[in-house]
Amino acid sequence: MPFVPLTDAERRAMLERIGVRSVDDLFTLIPEPLRYPTIDLPPGEPELAAARAVQQLAARNRPASALACFLGAGVYHHYIPSAVGALASRGEFLTSYTPYQAEVSQGTLQVTFEFQSLVCELFAMEVANAGMYDGATALAEAVLMAERITHRSRVVLAGSVHPEYRAVVETYVAPRGTELVVGAVERGDTALHEQDVGDLLDERTACCVVQQPTFFGTIHDWRALRAACDRTGALLVMVCNPIALGLLRPPGDWGADIAVGEGQPLGIAMSYGGPWIGLMATRERYVRQLPGRLVGATRDVRGRRGYVLTLQAREQHIRREKATSNICTSEALLALQAAIYLSLLGPRGLRQVAESCYQYAHYAAAAIAQLPGYAVLTPEPFFHEFVVRCPVPPSELNRQLLAAGILGGLPLGRFYPALADCMLLCCTEMNTREEIDRLVAALAAARRETA
Amino acid sequence: MTEPLLSELSVPGRPGHRVPSPEVPRADLPPAALLRDTLPLPELTELEVVRHFTRLSQLNYAVDTVFYPLGSCTMKYNPKVDDAMANLPGFAALHPYQPLELVQGALQLLAELERMLAEITGFAAVTLQPAAGAHGELTGMLMIRAYHLARGDQARRRVLVPDSAHGTNPATAAMCGYETVTIPSDARGNVDLAALERALGPDVAALMLTVPSTLGLFDERMLEITARVHRAGALVYGDGANLNALLGVARPADLGIDVFHLNLHKTFATPHGGGGPGAGPVAVRAELEPFLPVPVVRRRDDGTYYLDYERPQSIGRVRAFGGHFGVLVRAYTYLRLLGADGLRRVSEAAVLNANYLRVALQEWYEVAYNRPCMHEVVLSGRRLKAHGVRTLDVAKRLIDYGFHPPTIYFPLVVEEALMIEPTETESKATLDAFIAAMRAIAEEARQQPELLREAPHQTPVGRLDEVTAARRPVLRWPVPDWVGEPPRAAGLVPPEER
Repeated sequence: MPFVPLTDAERRAMLERIGVRSVDDLFTLIPEPLRYPTIDLPPGEPELAAARAVQQLAARNRPASALACFLGAGVYHHYIPSAVGALASRGEFLTSYTPYQAEVSQGTLQVTFEFQSLVCELFAMEVANAGMYDGATALAEAVLMAERITHRSRVVLAGSVHPEYRAVVETYVAPRGTELVVGAVERGDTALHEQDVGDLLDERTACCVVQQPTFFGTIHDWRALRAACDRTGALLVMVCNPIALGLLRPPGDWGADIAVGEGQPLGIAMSYGGPWIGLMATRERYVRQLPGRLVGATRDVRGRRGYVLTLQAREQHIRREKATSNICTSEALLALQAAIYLSLLGPRGLRQVAESCYQYAHYAAAAIAQLPGYAVLTPEPFFHEFVVRCPVPPSELNRQLLAAGILGGLPLGRFYPALADCMLLCCTEMNTREEIDRLVAALAAARRETA
Repeated sequence: MTEPLLSELSVPGRPGHRVPSPEVPRADLPPAALLRDTLPLPELTELEVVRHFTRLSQLNYAVDTVFYPLGSCTMKYNPKVDDAMANLPGFAALHPYQPLELVQGALQLLAELERMLAEITGFAAVTLQPAAGAHGELTGMLMIRAYHLARGDQARRRVLVPDSAHGTNPATAAMCGYETVTIPSDARGNVDLAALERALGPDVAALMLTVPSTLGLFDERMLEITARVHRAGALVYGDGANLNALLGVARPADLGIDVFHLNLHKTFATPHGGGGPGAGPVAVRAELEPFLPVPVVRRRDDGTYYLDYERPQSIGRVRAFGGHFGVLVRAYTYLRLLGADGLRRVSEAAVLNANYLRVALQEWYEVAYNRPCMHEVVLSGRRLKAHGVRTLDVAKRLIDYGFHPPTIYFPLVVEEALMIEPTETESKATLDAFIAAMRAIAEEARQQPELLREAPHQTPVGRLDEVTAARRPVLRWPVPDWVGEPPRAAGLVPPEER
């Protein structure tokens, strides 16, 4: 065991000091028949052997990086500048913990303060927290927060909010009996139609949740919805893709009361689902209802600037059952990665990434729309994703694309039965014109496997 | 030495990271009403970014640099191979919606890790999806709620929580719609059985029990507690934050626990990251398996793996896209290094180290409950109050000695608490140095109490004004004048001012 440093001699000396004969004497409270159970695991391996075994598992996967990737749907294949990993893997960041002792945690605290500031700038919101587990749980917490603020328990969600986000909201509100109302999504011959969620609001509605761009890629104008919220007293909650905000009008400018989003696109690996980070921001007047950690600037005994965890009276370790959430350990390391990414990219870099996504997606969509049997159902304007109706069942189509080295789009039947013959395609700056031309050619060549 | 903010280092027009121009004909952008006017992000070169974050890292204490005995957090060494494995492109570049035939290695890893954790804890099934301990608590308590409701038992509205519990326990119970009832500890640090008996009844859904407790103790009547809870028709939720004491020593399921979460970032050596990411898998008895969150990883007879969503009694989804896979890869790698033989040695060394500190420090500090402890020891600093010194001052003075302070003022039931968890990866030499520092500090408290009250002395900032921080919250840049001038980067400070 290379990680337990005690020698036999040291062990003996320590036992003698404690006044017991063996380590067993320290475990006598464990009822005897239950003590030292047989654990059916293989014996420990040296690093080389363990690494070899784990590498073999990794080799059984075929990652998106080895294919031309057109898969998105809430998780995106973006370029991660080398400096992100180099800095975030520093042991001083990696192996510290929640900064309860501020004097020896100024690194983590300042990074978190900068992360909060960067999220505020990106979202054009007044305050942001230190991050939630992911975009979906950030949305669930936003819904609970809206219920606390309004003392109402009816929630309206657009049908174009990510289906898995809606599922997580359902899980979180289940014990509370919240009424969830979901807007309809209908499939027209040439385009998807979304019900106007403004029509679903009433005086009992705590909040209205929309996504920008939507799950289907559409970019909406939310001015009318903001007015509908004002009429009914419902809060406007927006789920936003942070990369899209390099180009698009931010949630604060639409009048969002709470804005959330998945931080993964900001320099964080897809990693088969996580760890990522949920972004969450709101208006200053709601700050005491925010869940999660908050870092504030202050001064020390000599007047020097420093940072501390603050407004902790919202949190579980102080308020226990009256806390705004039970969240404790969250995603500090991912906040660091997102902060490094945004610092490296700056305003021009982020805008260029966003525009590349947009341009590649529009190039691909225009070409696919020309193919016989295919139709692009996401109406303009859209960002970097679009729904394609396919002449071949989407899963079958994906198998044929794979033969051409292409990771195809998400088949939509699992989430929207009416869209069973559709897939959601995505382009990012990682794609090239050659890849897109190859995708279009492979789609054109696709045939039903069963005649 | 402190560090300016990114916004203060920013210079308009600085060239940042270059992105290739799209090599396709340019489409029109959306109408201007849908676009943003300004994007006020900082503008820095890569070198400036690298220096900024490197300097910030140097302001932290971390396990990689110092002894970090933060109680209840298990700040053990995190083997570097774990990170290397998680960063393999075969894992890190996997999209969670990839067709299953492209991710069989990932699914196999998940299935094997579930089996390993089930074997270690003695439970029938495990979900790896929860993102952290508190998220595991939420998942587990939602399953307990679903279990009672599925049996047509709608009367159970209360959850019992000992007074020594983590704050996450009552907060979780509240999120699940339960009223919490606090159960006191008795004079020996056990759950007060009489109080438990009085609180139990047909309206109780569960007892949330941390095993070993946050006092670092194994309850002397563990089996009696779980039996009584079960007799009342309630379930026992086990908070596994302290499992590092019990690996290969006792299985939580054998102790009568029904639902149990594990903190992979504590017991299974995945790095704490300055406050996450963690992972909080939940293990359950067979009766609770139908309620696990979807999807569940399954193995077909032909050896291939798939994700099962067809589970009508499931509590649903607790997180989009599965769990913290990168953390799970680290824990899996660690468990391969450890093996069955390594497990018990971890806990034996962790408990030996904690008891060594208990005995060595008892002469200078009061031990809250002086009997053999498990993986951590809780001291009380109340004797020092006679010298006008508090536990907070002891903690800050430890920083001067080059140690991260223990957890302080928790658990709440111990006055002036100091909760010390050395973990198994620390050497006797380190423990002896820590003991010497603690003794010296106790001596200083008597002779030069101001040395403690003014500590720490060597850090980039001294004690910070938390009261004003909460009263006049400054939660983003630009910072107002009262918080101080923008600090200058190290190289720009004249030597006489450093």
